[in-house]
This record gives sequence, C-alpha cells and structure tokens, in this order.
Amino acid sequence: MSDAFAAPRPVMYNEDVVKKFIIAAMFWAIVAFLVGVYLAAELAWPSLNFGLSWINFGRLRPVHTSAAIFAFGGSALIGTSLYIVQRTCRARLFGGRALADFLFWGYQFFIVMAALSYVMGYSQSKEYAEPEWHIDLFLTVVWVVYLLIFLGTLLKRQEEHIYVANWFLLAFIVTVAMLHIGNNAAVPISLFSAKSYIVYSGVQDAIVQWWYGHNAVGFFLTAGFLGMMYYFIPKAAGRPVYSYRLSVVHFWTLIFLYIWAGPHHLHWTSLPDWTQMLGMAFSVMLWMPSWGGMINGIMTLSGAWDKLRTDPGLRFSVTAVGFYGMSTFEGPLMSVRQVNALSHYTDWTIGHVHSGALGWVAFIVFGAIYYIVPVLWQRKALYSTRLVSWHYWIATLGIVLYIVSMWVAGITEGLMWRAYDQYGFLQYSFVESVVAIHPYMVVRLLGGLFFLTGGLIMVYNLIQTVKSPTTELPREKLQSGYPAGAVPAAGE
Amino acid sequence: MAFRNEFFEKNAIFLLVGTLLTVAVGGIVEVVPVFTVETTVEKVQGMRPYSPLESRGRDIYVREGCYTCHSQQVRTLRDEVERYGHYSIAAESMYDHPFQWGSKRIGPDLARVGGKYSSDWQYAHLKNPQELVPESLMPRYAFLAETPLQTYDTVARMKTLRMVGVPYTDEQITSAESDLRTQSDPTADQTKLLARYPKAVTVPGNGTPTEMDALVAYLQMLGTLVNFADTNTERLRQ
Repeated sequence: MSDAFAAPRPVMYNEDVVKKFIIAAMFWAIVAFLVGVYLAAELAWPSLNFGLSWINFGRLRPVHTSAAIFAFGGSALIGTSLYIVQRTCRARLFGGRALADFLFWGYQFFIVMAALSYVMGYSQSKEYAEPEWHIDLFLTVVWVVYLLIFLGTLLKRQEEHIYVANWFLLAFIVTVAMLHIGNNAAVPISLFSAKSYIVYSGVQDAIVQWWYGHNAVGFFLTAGFLGMMYYFIPKAAGRPVYSYRLSVVHFWTLIFLYIWAGPHHLHWTSLPDWTQMLGMAFSVMLWMPSWGGMINGIMTLSGAWDKLRTDPGLRFSVTAVGFYGMSTFEGPLMSVRQVNALSHYTDWTIGHVHSGALGWVAFIVFGAIYYIVPVLWQRKALYSTRLVSWHYWIATLGIVLYIVSMWVAGITEGLMWRAYDQYGFLQYSFVESVVAIHPYMVVRLLGGLFFLTGGLIMVYNLIQTVKSPTTELPREKLQSGYPAGAVPAAGE
Repeated sequence: MAFRNEFFEKNAIFLLVGTLLTVAVGGIVEVVPVFTVETTVEKVQGMRPYSPLESRGRDIYVREGCYTCHSQQVRTLRDEVERYGHYSIAAESMYDHPFQWGSKRIGPDLARVGGKYSSDWQYAHLKNPQELVPESLMPRYAFLAETPLQTYDTVARMKTLRMVGVPYTDEQITSAESDLRTQSDPTADQTKLLARYPKAVTVPGNGTPTEMDALVAYLQMLGTLVNFADTNTERLRQ
C-alpha cells in the first residue's frame, strides 16, 4: 500500500454513469414522495380515489413503495456504489462505458415498466415484489450485469484490501439476486401474456415471501446503505472508521442473522409456531449487530463533532445513523410475539417502516448526495448551505410528525380491535377504529408534505449548484481523508 | 485471533462465496422444512380448488391489490376469533398462488367474509362503499361491474394452476367454460357445478359475467370451505 501511495497512477474513473444515477435518484425521490403524499391524502379523504381504476389506492400503493425503494433508493445505491468501488479500488469500472450505460438505462427501463404495469392492472400482489414475470426476468439480467461490473472492478483493484463499504455492497448485490430469483418463481399462463402464477402456495408462499420481503429491508435498505455510511461518513468527517474489528463483526453477524428474521411478519398466523419462535429469536438477536453498526458510524465522528455545525450534509448522515439505531431497536421490539399481537396489521408498522425509510435510507442518501454532487460536477461547494439546513429541519420535522402520528394511530387501532366492554363483548366495530384514526391520517399527510417540501428544496439547491460556474479545485482535492482514493479523475 | 478477515478481505471471490454461504443458512433452516414437514398443512375436509369463476375473481382481487388494505388471515387471538370467526389454518390457503394474507388492515380481514353479507350487499358495497358504510376509506370499484370478464384464457389459467400444484381434474378443465357461465346464471342447472365445486355461490347475472360477478363469487366463497364442525383443535395442532 505504501508503494501505491508513493507512486499513485491517475485512474480515469467513470463518473458519467454515477452522475446519471444521481440525477435519476433525485427525480425518483420527488416521484416517490409525491405519490406517497397523494396516497396519504386518499387515506384521509377516500373520495380522492375518484373511482378510477389506475389511481385507486390498491394500484397506486405499489407505485409508491417501488418508487421509494427501488427507483429512489436503488438508483442512489447503484450510483454511489459505482462511485465508491472505483475510488476505494483505484480502478475504473469493469466492462467499460457500454456495460455501465446498459446498467443505467436497463434499470430505469425496469422502473418505468414496473410502475406502468401496476397502474394498468398487472401485479403479482406480493409485497415489494409486485412486477410480473417478464419484468422480473428483465431485472434479473440487469442485476447480473450490475454484479459483473461490481465484482469485476473489485477483481482488478489496485488496493490490496477490499474496503469495508464494498463488503456490504457486494453482500447487498448477491443476496438481493438470490432473494429476487427465489421469491419470483412463477409460471406464465402463456408466453404472450403478462399474467403468471407463483409456484408456491399458501403458507409456503408466505414464508418465501417474507424471507424475501424482510431481507429486501435487510439487504437492499440496510446492507447497501451501510456501505454508503461506511464511505461517506468517514469522508465527510475526515476521520477513519471508528473500529475495524467492529466492522468485521458487524458485517458477518448482520448478514448471517438478518435472513432468519422473516417469520416475524407472520406471527400468530397459520405458519408453524416453531418457525415463528425462531424468527422472533433471531430478530431480537439482530438488535446487537445493528447497534454495533450504529456505534461504528456515530463514533467515527469522534474528534470531528464540530463539523456538524458547519456541514449540514454531514448532519443528515449522522441523523440517519441515529434513526437507524432507533428503527433497529423498534424492529426487534415489534418482532416479539406479544408486542406483535398488538402492532401487526396496524399503522404502527407503517410508522416503523417510514422511520427507517425516511429517517435512515433517505437521510443517508441526502448526506451522500450533498457530499458527492460538488465532487462530481467539480464545484467547490454547494450553492447554498443555508438551504441544506432548511431541508434538514423541514424534513426532520416531517419525519417526527409522520412517525408520531403513526404510533398513536397504530396503538389506537390495536387497542380498539381487542377492547372488550363490561359484558365481555368486543367493544368496537372495525369501522370505529377507522374513524378514530382520521386525525392522525391528516397529521401523517402533513408530515409527508413537509418531507416532500424538503426534497424540492434539495433539488433546487442541487440544480443551482450544477448551474454555478465550475471551480478549479474539486472538494476531493482540497480535503484528504480516509479512505483516500488516489489522485481523482480529471473528469470524463 | 486465529481467524483473520484478511482471507475474505483480499480476495473478492472468497468474499462473494463466503457471503452467499452465510446468507443461505437461515433460509435453508427456516424455509425448507415448511415445504417438507407433512403436518405444516393440515388434512381437513372441504378444501377444494376454486371454481373457474372464483378463480377469475381471485385474479381480479390480485390485480387490484386488495392485499394493500385487507388481510386474509384470522390470527390465533381471542378478539380476532370473536370478530372474524375460526382462526385461519394453513390448509385454507393451500391453493392460493400467491397467498394473500396481507400485512395491513386499512379495512377488515376478509378470510371469512364469505356468506357474511348477501351478494346484493357485496355488489352495492363494491360499487359505492360509502353508501353502505359512510366512514369507509375504500375506493369505489364500480368500473368492475362495467367490465366484461375476459374468459378466453380461463382454461390456460387453470392449466397453469395445475402445473404449479392445484389438483384440477381433466373434467374440471374441460367443463371450465360452462361452469363459468353456470355460476353467473341463476336460471341454469347448478347440479354439475356444485358436484365439481361444493358450496360454490351462484351470482346474479345472465351467463356473461362481469369482473364484479367473478369477484363477488370469490368473496362469497372465502373461508366457507372447511367444515370446522368436522374437525377439532387436536387434529389441527401442528
């Protein structure tokens, strides 16, 4: 390694594809937030469904979840992972420009096809795996190309060690491939029809679905974004990762334990009890590696806490890790069967998902993007740090409104469903719980609007940054910090 | 420390294989037995594959994403059993490709909605839920009543279902189209249909079903097939 530092050879990184993914991620962020806000409004005032098939809640909800997870989260993840793997390996992307472009356009095509198919009435109705078989097959091809590019770049690296961020990113890529193929096994009714039937049925389909569904959370929304955390927090803070040993333990225990946690989505159902108990036990254990990762991320700021005052982008990253810690405490709690009996099927789950999705996933992305955009477009700084601050506070307030209203709504539903009156009869009809949570539906909508507003501020700020004149020295050259890539590319 | 992470950290292929092996364990231990242990799906009287009209209704249910608001799973909790009926057993969804247990109840559970309301109520409610339940959050599905059910691929669908494990007989497949018409025509002779699909509910119509006819036929069957008087908790214990 010392040799490498003594005589660094400039590497021409492919930053073009990274830029494209970042732009796409910003576009899909706004789409996902906008559709989410509309769905929240439908749940507050159902007349907004207008009785139109393509705008009805049932068809629009997968558009929101897919846009948030796969379009926004996915584009941000793929883009930053291609950035990270090149810099930490000091190698240009494997497969050249053509393969990288295929990955970008292929992935965007998948997103558009999936979203169109839901509103047109094609859905497998498997949560987070709604696209039909032909779209699934296409995504498989795109994903294999992604794996090839990533692994190929790792193999031709000029650094002796594979940096920790890449362990998580590689685990994310291969595990998502395994889950996607396993969960979507289906037989089409004809080669010319979009309709297919899943090969599994009933309880077996349930366990396969939540083996997939929970690990879409575990590997797409956690491992991938942990890779982002392990690169951008040390970079922005100018400090090495807090503990190498903790990152090794964090990595292997996290990927081992996560896979077992799926059955906690199926407590008290017709899934066998032994599977439920096993899923619960491993979900509780999962708390430990999750907090190990949180500690590793937050403690990386030791000695650099003052940067939170001056770098609101870093503030996003650190708050994200805080939300990660909170969600990964709440998750094991909700996976305990007795708690789950109350929380399952209620809005508490929705709140939990959003404290993870908005607080952790979106915030870690915002932090990374505020860091990466000036570097990629070679600007000395963002257009406005003040606007980043505004974004931060508006979005944080939005999340607080969202999750608090969902906690109250969820616990209200759970308690009303199980309430008995003095004669031993169920006290409430179902629809009374619907009426009771109406105010919280409105507050949630408000929270979503705040979050969307923050997103629009960010997009404006980034557009202005890119439109500002090029500065001669990109930030990467001004600051050095672990993990140091070599000499940055002189642009494409 | 005898174990060194360098082994994985310096070789991308080892890292890849090590990761794959690590993530495979949980799935193998938890998922495989659900397929292989015989008692997972109970042996009960009454379960049968869905009639052609019910099955097409289920396709509509899947297409519209009803699972985003309705579960089909009565959990083994006292209040749920009192609210919805006998807790769901694995056998009841054994022909469900895919399962529709759901994860959120914006509306009530539907596992045992069959027969709970009249077919007329179901039609009126699907067309305009707020007319019957003013506080309801449900969208209007009137367009289903205006859309004729696509029937040309019913046989292809049943054959595909048979391929993935639903035990349709040759007779059930050859008579699929007539069964479909019969179940949506109260004036037709129902004897053969009911012999092939006991407890099938005939919906009002003239033999050319709409999508809503199919959906109502499906809803009216939900949770009615297993005769719980015929079994007991001892036999249901997994």
